[in-house]
Amino acid sequence: MRNFDVIVVGGGPAGLSAAISAARGGMKTVVIERGDYPGTKNVMGGILYTNATNAVVPEFWKEAPLERPIIEQRLAVLNGDQSIMAGYRDPAWAVEPFNAHSILRVPFDRWLAKQAEVAGVMIVPETLVEDLLYEEDAVIGVRTGRAQGDLGAKVVILAEGVNNFLAVKAGLAKPLTPEIISVTVKEIIALPKETIEDRFCLEEGQGATIELFGDSTAGMMGVGFIYTNKESISLGVGTNLGPMIRHHWTPNDLMENLKSKPYVKRLLQGGETKEYLAHLIPEGGYNHVPRLYRQGVMVAGDTAMLVNSLNREGANHAMTSGKIAGEVAAESIKKGDTSQKAMAVYEARLRNCFVLNDLYHYRRMGDMFENNPHLLKTYPEIFSKAAKMYLTADETPKKQRQKEIMKMVFAHRSKWGLLKDAKNAWRTLL
Amino acid sequence: MKLDDKLYLVRFNTDKLNHIKIKDPSVCLNQCEDKPCTRFCPSHVYDWDEEEKRITVGYEGCLECGTCRIGCPYGNIDWKYPRGGFGVSWKNG
Repeated sequence: MRNFDVIVVGGGPAGLSAAISAARGGMKTVVIERGDYPGTKNVMGGILYTNATNAVVPEFWKEAPLERPIIEQRLAVLNGDQSIMAGYRDPAWAVEPFNAHSILRVPFDRWLAKQAEVAGVMIVPETLVEDLLYEEDAVIGVRTGRAQGDLGAKVVILAEGVNNFLAVKAGLAKPLTPEIISVTVKEIIALPKETIEDRFCLEEGQGATIELFGDSTAGMMGVGFIYTNKESISLGVGTNLGPMIRHHWTPNDLMENLKSKPYVKRLLQGGETKEYLAHLIPEGGYNHVPRLYRQGVMVAGDTAMLVNSLNREGANHAMTSGKIAGEVAAESIKKGDTSQKAMAVYEARLRNCFVLNDLYHYRRMGDMFENNPHLLKTYPEIFSKAAKMYLTADETPKKQRQKEIMKMVFAHRSKWGLLKDAKNAWRTLL
Repeated sequence: MKLDDKLYLVRFNTDKLNHIKIKDPSVCLNQCEDKPCTRFCPSHVYDWDEEEKRITVGYEGCLECGTCRIGCPYGNIDWKYPRGGFGVSWKNG
């Protein structure tokens, strides 16, 4: 059996970051990836955060295949054909030190894998890890789908993505359930770069994002998104699987529903769909984070449920958790102690940084939306009706109009209901 | 845009081995009235064949998201990843 110090399962942002930090710590490291090369199996909405990436590959923006630096983030709430919008734009985000970039995962992950190779990591593609190998309680390697495919390691890092087969087999994670995952589909829609810049009011090379709530997901728990790439748009929509099943939606119908919204339609006009993708997002939050380690193994990225869906942050949680796992692996191996206690340092460090901090902070969010499905239906309706009433100039005196608006609000939701929702939101988000 | 037209755009390296199995077809016939797998799968891998009274599985078009394994109310879909190197191969990601 061939032996390594560290085996990383999965060549995505978590796995590659783990491998890079382990290799930099002097470890003989291998990444096992089931795709043709790292990237070909990987999907995300498309936003990569600068800070977390820079910690793995300093000044990555000078070489990495990025699409556009994001200078504007818009939020839109759709109610039928109507939309309400808010946004923040800052041209300072177009230059160093940036905040985030849109990316396409196939070229980006391939590039990140190259950085791993430069750091000394061996990448083994086209290979599926089918199980872990154990010696009593300790994980001592992996079993791959290849002939004589057992590989030994002092530490295994599981970054197998959202489908947590191995983490479940290892007794670390529970099987996923419909209420904690979002089924997301995405299209890459080609448009000339000048058209993108005109439609989104961008200077050359700059990028924007729009997240769309409310009727973008037919009022179900979820979100639609539009991200600008260099010469394409990533258009996506995802909803929690539970409501999608109950309300008899198909993912593609949701996509077409979103495309048909007047505001969205105009942004995409004339574009040509180049690819249709599907992916799950683990949205269970803090209460569904699995056990993160046991003797000889750690879990990182989506496999560890490390996604902050409210702020649509995931790539950064993946990279930071991977990086820390790689460091802990290297430190433990050097000390000759890969016991459960040594691996526990990993969790402690995640708790001391934004990764578990943010998940803990928003730990009530999943329950709030699950127990209050009206939030994403009633409020888009209230807000857009209020905006329409307030902004329509029909000679109604404004004082009277404001009274009418309050009456409309209370017709949708009682005073008691409004107070309850406000208290809930306060408790959950602040 | 129709789903079939979108699926033409996806690149596959199709394995001759099927990576998806319905564990017990009688569950689909006798217990599952709703058959949500025919809806929630983003690439419509699952279809109800009224003549043969069973779910047909078009594994060749699987986008490997994993929804079916989680969404089947009877846990009746045995979905695994295709063998290494096979299956969907994204162009953009």
